[in-house]
Amino acid sequence: MEAPLLSVRELTVDFNTDAGNFRAVNGLTLDIPKGKTVALVGESGSGKSVTAQAILQILSKKARITSGSIVFNDPRGGAAIDIASLPPESDAMHALRGGRIAMIFQEPMTSLSPLHTIGDQISEALMIHSDVDQAKANQSTMDVLARVGFPDPKRALKTYPFELSGGLRQRAMIAMALITRPALLIADEPTTALDVTTQAQILDLIKELQVETGMSVLLITHDLGVVANVADEVVVMYRGRIMEAGSRENIFRNAQHAYLQALMRAVPRFAMEENERLTPIREVTSSTLASANAPERVQPKGPILKAEHLTKCFTLRSGWFSGKAQDIRAVSEVDLALPAGKTLGLVGESGCGKTTVSKIIMRALNPNSGRVLFDDGTGPKDVHKLEGDALTAYRRSVQFIFQDPFSSLNPRMTVYELLTEPLRIHDIGTSDERYERVKQLLDMVGLDQRSLRRYPHSFSGGQRQRLGIARALALEPRVLLCDEPVSALDVSVQAQVLNLLKDLQSALGLSYLFVSHNLAVVDYIADTIAVMCRGYIVEEAPKSSLFRNPVHPYTQALLAAVPDPDIDRPLDFAKLRTGRFSQPSEWPEPFRIKPGEFGLMKEIEPGHKVRVGHLTAQEAA
Amino acid sequence: MIRFLLRRIVTMGVTLLIISALVFFIIKLPPGDFLSNQIAELRAQGESASIAKAEFLIKQYGLDKPAWQQYLVWIGVMPGPNGFSGLLQGDWGWSFEYDKPVVDVIGDALWLTLLVNFAAVIFIHVVSIPIAIYSATRQYSIGDYLATFIGYIGLATPSFLLALILLYYMNRWFGVSIGGLYDAQYAGEPWTWAKMQSLLSHLLVPTIVIGLGGTAAMIRRMRANLLDELGKQYYVTAKAKGLGPTKALLKYPFRMSLNPFIADIGNLLPHLVSGSVLVSLVLSLPTVGPILLSALKSQDQFLAGFILMFVAVLTVVGMLVSDLLLAGLDPRIRMGGGR
Repeated sequence: MEAPLLSVRELTVDFNTDAGNFRAVNGLTLDIPKGKTVALVGESGSGKSVTAQAILQILSKKARITSGSIVFNDPRGGAAIDIASLPPESDAMHALRGGRIAMIFQEPMTSLSPLHTIGDQISEALMIHSDVDQAKANQSTMDVLARVGFPDPKRALKTYPFELSGGLRQRAMIAMALITRPALLIADEPTTALDVTTQAQILDLIKELQVETGMSVLLITHDLGVVANVADEVVVMYRGRIMEAGSRENIFRNAQHAYLQALMRAVPRFAMEENERLTPIREVTSSTLASANAPERVQPKGPILKAEHLTKCFTLRSGWFSGKAQDIRAVSEVDLALPAGKTLGLVGESGCGKTTVSKIIMRALNPNSGRVLFDDGTGPKDVHKLEGDALTAYRRSVQFIFQDPFSSLNPRMTVYELLTEPLRIHDIGTSDERYERVKQLLDMVGLDQRSLRRYPHSFSGGQRQRLGIARALALEPRVLLCDEPVSALDVSVQAQVLNLLKDLQSALGLSYLFVSHNLAVVDYIADTIAVMCRGYIVEEAPKSSLFRNPVHPYTQALLAAVPDPDIDRPLDFAKLRTGRFSQPSEWPEPFRIKPGEFGLMKEIEPGHKVRVGHLTAQEAA
Repeated sequence: MIRFLLRRIVTMGVTLLIISALVFFIIKLPPGDFLSNQIAELRAQGESASIAKAEFLIKQYGLDKPAWQQYLVWIGVMPGPNGFSGLLQGDWGWSFEYDKPVVDVIGDALWLTLLVNFAAVIFIHVVSIPIAIYSATRQYSIGDYLATFIGYIGLATPSFLLALILLYYMNRWFGVSIGGLYDAQYAGEPWTWAKMQSLLSHLLVPTIVIGLGGTAAMIRRMRANLLDELGKQYYVTAKAKGLGPTKALLKYPFRMSLNPFIADIGNLLPHLVSGSVLVSLVLSLPTVGPILLSALKSQDQFLAGFILMFVAVLTVVGMLVSDLLLAGLDPRIRMGGGR
């Protein structure tokens, strides 16, 4: 049998921290065969990224390889090299790094230097490893940029990373990694920060390039859907150890280890039953939530929150040297209705205007036209005309849960201060009453009372997000605006937070506006789903009919691009390849919307509405 | 680009106008002025010739007119006794204390000041940047602590004290004469090679004294900036490409960490003139600092006004220069939207 390209044996990596030694990777053994994709799966903190860094010897200063070997058999010939025994700054290691083993990272924005053109950064990789001049290197750079799908490679040489979209930046990263034709590509969460349609295109690109060059890929991810679609072999890690390894077929059809089984049950899937519940790896338990009663309140007759014809334009200046102003319409004629006690999911890719809508509802932004109506049982009122006490009451009723649990909690405030701050601002209760309320809130989100004196940094991402939820609940709101509340979290924790939100809703009678780019998550939590693209709501339907019968081409593309952790339902890469799904002017008739037009929502079955173009709207009239 | 420049130049003009008004009226605020004080003194002594001269000066500079008219004459938008003759026309006025035109009082001092302080700035950067890079890349090592410690001592030592100590030992060990920027024999002489040499040897002590005070602060700031950048992902990318450690460091994180310093040029330029007054006094350097101090004390209004205006011009120009440099060096500023 042919020797594998890379074989890792009993690899151990230790971190020296103030608190003592910490073993991040513990006796890891894996093989990466030539031309195959090996997926390394696990939660954050499981040691998968540290493994990748060990292979390239770019570990942080606190970490070091304490034992084991990493043997690299270069297909170009030459003796096998044990990477673990090379000094990190030796010439041999420099030659391997970027030359024979290349790496791409999760955050395409921060992984590229903002001060250098991508042409400079990509050609640099080639010039380090082969003896070429700048002109030749530029030529090769243009070739590889064209290969990874840049529309105008010549211009791309001179562009800076911040001028590119997330997808193009990741393509530039791939170009940089592949220009030296490495034998092994390490991809550390390459698509986690990208939209689903872009993710599908990037995965497709990596697969194609792999076939072309015959390289091996070590794919690090926590997304089982991605694994099911691209991996040949799967290695599951947990706390620095391998839990289970095997071929994709074996792993997905016949998961043996309890951890892997649990991981699989924690991922929301499209084919879930109506009342099926996700099983988080660690369930949140609360003693009082089950018995908690919703506060007695007058229920509105109509929807509790309603948006009518919201339109918002932003003025964009294209740099202060040219001074040309340009109007961008971020939100166009958005109509939404949120019934009391229900969840409305708002889905779309980054930049589609979904966050702008939630900010308008929160009154953080004023719309150019249209209005938001809030009904607390005394009849609908225009939110943007509220003043004085009525406004304070509205602020109490509508609270926000943020995406990033790390930056949304003030690091200098204790949990007690964080949770009582809303009460203090609204001057509610005495300090004893506030203390009682905070204890109750902590219990609702399943956190220990002992955490009251601790600071946010000592909590994990999931715990912090639960703190954020507790803070939002402090004022007994009626509506929660959740802006991507789980997209920064691991799958295992994601299930936990989603379940918590569901339980809170049924116990407290809350209404949610749930904004997300993840269709499977929205499918799990929402009752009605509105799909947004380029500021338009393109399709709105109860979730069952949206997934059964997606009508709009954009919705179809979005659904097709979600990788399902089910190997019997692979992504249709060929279909996604053609796509310009997010250009309203390029949608097929009758959906096409010309620039400057709004189109019209047309009801095709009860509750299921689709936006159609102007022409069709006239015909209908 | 051109529109941006024009807009900036117009705002600069307005800013300077406001500053000039503030400078003038603040100098005028205390009752009396240099000349009327002098005249009162001369009258008491009964010297009629000097009184006539003083009264001529009062007429010449319109000191008997209301303050706002004096101001307009000073900046050169209102005709004085000699027609339009003010800052805008390049007439910087008369120094009553020295009884000379301001140009002659400032002349040499101005460029010597620039020279001394410029040398100090160079010294600060040359010393602190390598130390900062060393400390940042070896954070919490013994070398890092040592550099920090020495830097703090430099920061905490009063500069005039250090100046005195250095002067004493320089004189004792190397025979460098004390004080001034060149040996006394060259005062008023034309610039010869010997005078230049004397200048260079005298420059050493002031440069070190003024420089050391700023070095510690600079090391700390540079180290902090660099540490922030060293943690960034793009540096890992550069290393993963196979770049050697030195080149990866200098091309990416170091380059990024320079931005705040370029933004600081606007503050640095005026400091070149008005900084280091104390050290100049102790070392009796013929720089602008002591002149400004005495001019303010004796209400020598045109001299003080001119120096302050000069500093203001340097500030405004420095800001423009640093903005242009930043735009040139950082594409995000050049092309990014100023939202």
